[in-house]
Amino acid sequence: MRLELGIVKIRDVQFGETTRIENGVLHVSKSELIALSLRDPRLAVADVELARPGESVRIIPVKDVIEPRIKADGAEGYYPGMIGGMRSTGSGRTNVLRGITVLTVGRIVGYQEGFVDMTGPAAAYSPFSDTNNVVLILQPVDGLPEHAHEEAVRLAGLRAAIYLGEASRGVAPDEVQVYDLGGAIDLTLPRVAYVYPLLSQGLLHDTYLYGADAKGLLPTLIHPNEALDGAIVSGNCVSACDKHTTYHHLNNPVIKELYRRHGSELNFVGVVVTNLNVTLADKERSSSYAAKLVKLLGANGAVITKEGFGNPDADVMMLCKKIEDSGIRTVLITDEYAGSDGMSQSLADTVPQADAVVSVGNANAVVGLPPMDRIVGDLRSAEVIAGGFVGSVAADGALSVEIQAIMGSTCQLGLGKLAAQEH
Amino acid sequence: MVRGRYRVVHYLNQFFAQIGGEEKADVPPQIREGAVGPGIPLQQALGDEGEIVATVICGDTYFGENIETAAEAVVELVAPHRPDVFVAGPAFNAGRYGVACGAACTAVSRRLGVPVVTAMYEENPGVELYRKEVFVIPSARSVQGMREAIPRLAGFVRKLGLGQPIGAPQADGYLPRGIRVNAFAERTGAQRAVDMLLTKLKGEAFQTEYPMPTFERIPPSPAIKELSAATIALVTTGGIVPRGNPDRIEAASASKFAAYNIAGTDDLTADAYQTCHGGYDPVYANEDPDRVLPLDAARALEKEGVIGRLHEEYFVTVGNATSVANAQKFGRAIAERLLAAGVDGVILTST
Repeated sequence: MRLELGIVKIRDVQFGETTRIENGVLHVSKSELIALSLRDPRLAVADVELARPGESVRIIPVKDVIEPRIKADGAEGYYPGMIGGMRSTGSGRTNVLRGITVLTVGRIVGYQEGFVDMTGPAAAYSPFSDTNNVVLILQPVDGLPEHAHEEAVRLAGLRAAIYLGEASRGVAPDEVQVYDLGGAIDLTLPRVAYVYPLLSQGLLHDTYLYGADAKGLLPTLIHPNEALDGAIVSGNCVSACDKHTTYHHLNNPVIKELYRRHGSELNFVGVVVTNLNVTLADKERSSSYAAKLVKLLGANGAVITKEGFGNPDADVMMLCKKIEDSGIRTVLITDEYAGSDGMSQSLADTVPQADAVVSVGNANAVVGLPPMDRIVGDLRSAEVIAGGFVGSVAADGALSVEIQAIMGSTCQLGLGKLAAQEH
Repeated sequence: MVRGRYRVVHYLNQFFAQIGGEEKADVPPQIREGAVGPGIPLQQALGDEGEIVATVICGDTYFGENIETAAEAVVELVAPHRPDVFVAGPAFNAGRYGVACGAACTAVSRRLGVPVVTAMYEENPGVELYRKEVFVIPSARSVQGMREAIPRLAGFVRKLGLGQPIGAPQADGYLPRGIRVNAFAERTGAQRAVDMLLTKLKGEAFQTEYPMPTFERIPPSPAIKELSAATIALVTTGGIVPRGNPDRIEAASASKFAAYNIAGTDDLTADAYQTCHGGYDPVYANEDPDRVLPLDAARALEKEGVIGRLHEEYFVTVGNATSVANAQKFGRAIAERLLAAGVDGVILTST
């Protein structure tokens, strides 16, 4: 399976009469994008704003983040089972607009979104402070039930990203990246699998594999290219710091890192997708099944990532224990909830087998952030989103929040460089 | 340089202050101008940048038998000297001396807000008792280690005195205090994970970034013998609050709990109650809050006589990224109120 990503680098974004790419600048037709969003009768109001790195802009509350992409062969949609017809992802040529995202904004249930600052201290914590962002602000029709509201916003974001991706047709890519596990295999290298749990706990905590709700999955095997090419979509809006947006799935850093070392330091043998459900029976079933698949792959080692916290701590500890007990070495990536003073236990569950852990930061750490000149969305929501508290928003618009509220700050796929250490 | 010198107050026991041995271990806290005993080489190591302006001395037995009042007396003696840094020891493996150093540092830090540091052997009981609040520089077991201990201690005193940031324990040479601190690493989490896995697979030594903590196990209380005579309370971490969340309990990382009166209420309805929890699908809890706080079922048991009586208040917080320290604090406070009200048993619901 050979995937080519034709990377078109976008260095700036501007509104324009038509949507097109010229000299690395994406011009966006605001009216077309709004009309596209409002084709869904469940949405009453749509607006578009642009935010660029370094600008004094605070975007809040953010739900999903999507990288604009299309298939070069003209296949409809980009997310099979979600937008467009069903097919397997992960082969052929995909056009990628790099350096730009679609951010969906708008209150859904109101506790679980996050924010992005385009400059200032929070910018160091979020990958989306470094990208140009097309911000889609969406409001539902009155009385729309929460689950339908979530779905409407999710699909509008994906459609907008595909619409922007269409601008890449006829544009020569700046770079072509090839992902292919084939070729001669050095049998002396260790065999490494990736265990990829997806959050699946209900409204705003759901993830989709080829459109199938991960809640109902038995753990399954996928080719790493499938994740890098649109098989996984986030419908998920737990704490902003450690949820995986659709952007994160498309750019999974563990998959990229295992690819980078494939054939030289290790053999990358596959990706086991599993879920993070709420009942004990589900946790036991999924962790046993995933551990068995890792064993079937003949792996010597496995990287285990996590999404969310608390309840999912139990799932990944079961995975870690069962995989280690079957003779396969593991490393777990997790964030911590050690309290704002850093002095509490960081996880809700542990096992002695979890002896190799990468910590991507204490999400409870509090940061003080200056006001921004422009607010996209609703600043008051900073007091109710996870990581905010009464008094988070000062009269002048300055924020005092846990980094939990910053999009992607403690990404448990290991996208960022943040770490926690003991002092 | 004289004007810019930072001020240091040093703490010693009777032995290192050359007052005497065990026979003088009962001397109460006292103060002397300038450096004494190990303070003299410490002053030499600090050079012109800092000055030991005074030395507080206390006998080990006296301190050990009067920890709180002795620490308070030390604070009183130290305060007039307006130190920029308070340093104690080194105490090596002397147990009572180590505890006194830790207690004195803790009191000075808490009461005067002055940065503090001490030095002692890693297994000195003072380490376990005070390391969370006090920087402890590891030293040898015995006084033979003085020559190595002084420059290490001086280096740390200098950093505190000049107001320089303290980095990781490995870099700055103190014993880890169990405090988790964020910093940006050179490589991403994914790169670190794959590196760690390859090292582990080779059978080589690797260092986890988070050693697993050991959890406190709570034994369940004995069963209630006469349930039909018992007063039962409802307590939840599921965030069920009167509509509008009047006490503004946070959606995550709760800083408080609340108690609400349910006398005369038989059922939690959607127009009067809601959840403020940010960690689960709230639709079903908002539709019928009894799903998380089972008041309707508890009232039925009360009417049937299965339980004696339902307590007139319920307690609620949000269990979502709430630190263990806060959870313990809430638990203790709620338990005290329930005990005071004569409650015999609690139905705890989580989400």
